[in-house]
Amino acid sequence: MSRARLTPTAEDRARLLALHPYYAARVTPTHLIAVAVLVGMAGLAAFSMWYLDFSVRRLGTGIAQLVHFITLMLPPDPGRQLPLYLHALGETLSIAFLGTVAGALLALPFGLLAAKNVVSNPVLHFGVRRLLDVLRGIDKLIWALIYVTVVGLGPFAGILAIATASVGELGKLFSEAVEASDRKPVEGIVSCGGSKADTVRFALFPQVLPVLASQMLYYFESNSRQSTIVGIVGAGGLGLHLAEQIRILEWQKVSFLVLMMLVMVGVIDFISSRLRFAIIGRRPVSL
Amino acid sequence: MQHAIVQLPPEQIAPLARHYDAAVATRRRHTLLVFAAVLIGIVLSCWGGEVKPGVFWANADRLGTYFLNIVPVLRWETLGADLSEWYWNLDGWLKLLFETVLIAYLGTVFGTIGALLLCFLASANLTRNPWLRLSARRLLEFLRTVPEIVFALLFVVAFGLGAMPGVLALALHTMGALGKLFAEVVENIDMKPVDGATAAGASWMQTVRFAVLPQVLSNFASYGLLRFEVNVREAAIMGFVGAGGIGQDLVEAIRKFYYSDVSAILLLIIATVMIIDLVTERIRHALIGMDQSR
Repeated sequence: MSRARLTPTAEDRARLLALHPYYAARVTPTHLIAVAVLVGMAGLAAFSMWYLDFSVRRLGTGIAQLVHFITLMLPPDPGRQLPLYLHALGETLSIAFLGTVAGALLALPFGLLAAKNVVSNPVLHFGVRRLLDVLRGIDKLIWALIYVTVVGLGPFAGILAIATASVGELGKLFSEAVEASDRKPVEGIVSCGGSKADTVRFALFPQVLPVLASQMLYYFESNSRQSTIVGIVGAGGLGLHLAEQIRILEWQKVSFLVLMMLVMVGVIDFISSRLRFAIIGRRPVSL
Repeated sequence: MQHAIVQLPPEQIAPLARHYDAAVATRRRHTLLVFAAVLIGIVLSCWGGEVKPGVFWANADRLGTYFLNIVPVLRWETLGADLSEWYWNLDGWLKLLFETVLIAYLGTVFGTIGALLLCFLASANLTRNPWLRLSARRLLEFLRTVPEIVFALLFVVAFGLGAMPGVLALALHTMGALGKLFAEVVENIDMKPVDGATAAGASWMQTVRFAVLPQVLSNFASYGLLRFEVNVREAAIMGFVGAGGIGQDLVEAIRKFYYSDVSAILLLIIATVMIIDLVTERIRHALIGMDQSR
């Protein structure tokens, strides 16, 4: 079999280029827009670096310092503090678990009130939604700081902080799950003479509970990350010790604490993703 | 019209009823087991988390009092004066908010550049060498598992107080979070352009530039914008550990019980976040629209 080499002649080329001027041009309008956007972004970045006092010298000394710290971090070593840190780990887990459970329990009525197909009064569900927005819009660390000033230092402030923010997040998701639920079981219950409470119990809950359970587990994962850091403002758990050890430059303990965080988050992710896929009945996508 | 209800004879009903009861009983048992597990978890964590319901209920009114206290006093007759008293430091706060947004922007830009460099190495369809790919993935995983604020704590010690450690902390975390999303996008591309480029003798860099990048760029931009929204929220708390932005003033207001300042700053933060969410949402929808019209 012989292959002809397909090389266009000069006049073929000229004809093709004349037919498609867009591709013939070396600089197309798309290019110009892309370059303009990139230049604008780079300009803004340069301005921000100037405004925020970036300096190459500081960057250099900082990186040198950081490398020095990393050499001091190895090997990770808790010293004599291991029981204390294990206790802090327990505290962190408690904060994540209780925060999520309490948040979910409180989010349930809020989620129902914020759903259009349960509460027909627009003023009520608009108000509930804005309330959930505010609860969600304030970061967990800010909540933790506020609760520390109200209930004092300790893990309880962390629990309240995680719970408050979770009400906002889960309440919104719950209300969406309720709104997306099938209308037919509700009509069935109503046609059999069921009350409003009966429709919620027998038609809505069976539909939305699996969704809610998997969302709860998902938020437990994310809250376990958050609960490691609420201690930075004094709300108990690993973060408290981490901030303290960084302040007094005990680098081996710092690296041990970070390692504990990573292992904890990894284990919780593994367990809860297994459970989540068991609940919604699908195999995890292997990565 | 009349319907006759057909009754099965009892000997046929009995096994069916038994099956039904057994099925219901298993379900109930499972539910009870789950409830028992959750209850045990709650009891254990109440013990671990030093929850004292008695103390809490005795002081629960303080919670309400606090939130009543941070609501500013606004009277209709002197509304202007009250408002200006509430926002007495508006200029200073707006400047800090501007700084916060710039921190988020720079962190997102640096993080996105880092994620762009790493994501191609971390995706299975472009990088055949398993060691290179796995080490890129583990690095990204590490960067996104360590919270921003922990990086910020470390960097404040290394680089000194100011916005720079905040930017670097956000950049590292963004790199990890975006790198994973970017790698997933890259793994889902159409491989035909890649095969074409390889067949025409393109190098690895050329393949990425001409066959991969055009397919993924709009998705990358949309994820980058989404991350910018998240980073604005995070930048607002960077000041808690001395890494710049409005967090510094917020911490002071909360710690020193400057009640009306707390609500003023919180409202400013919420408003900024909402405005930025709206703007980036519009840009993202425009990007998606562009993608579909192509």
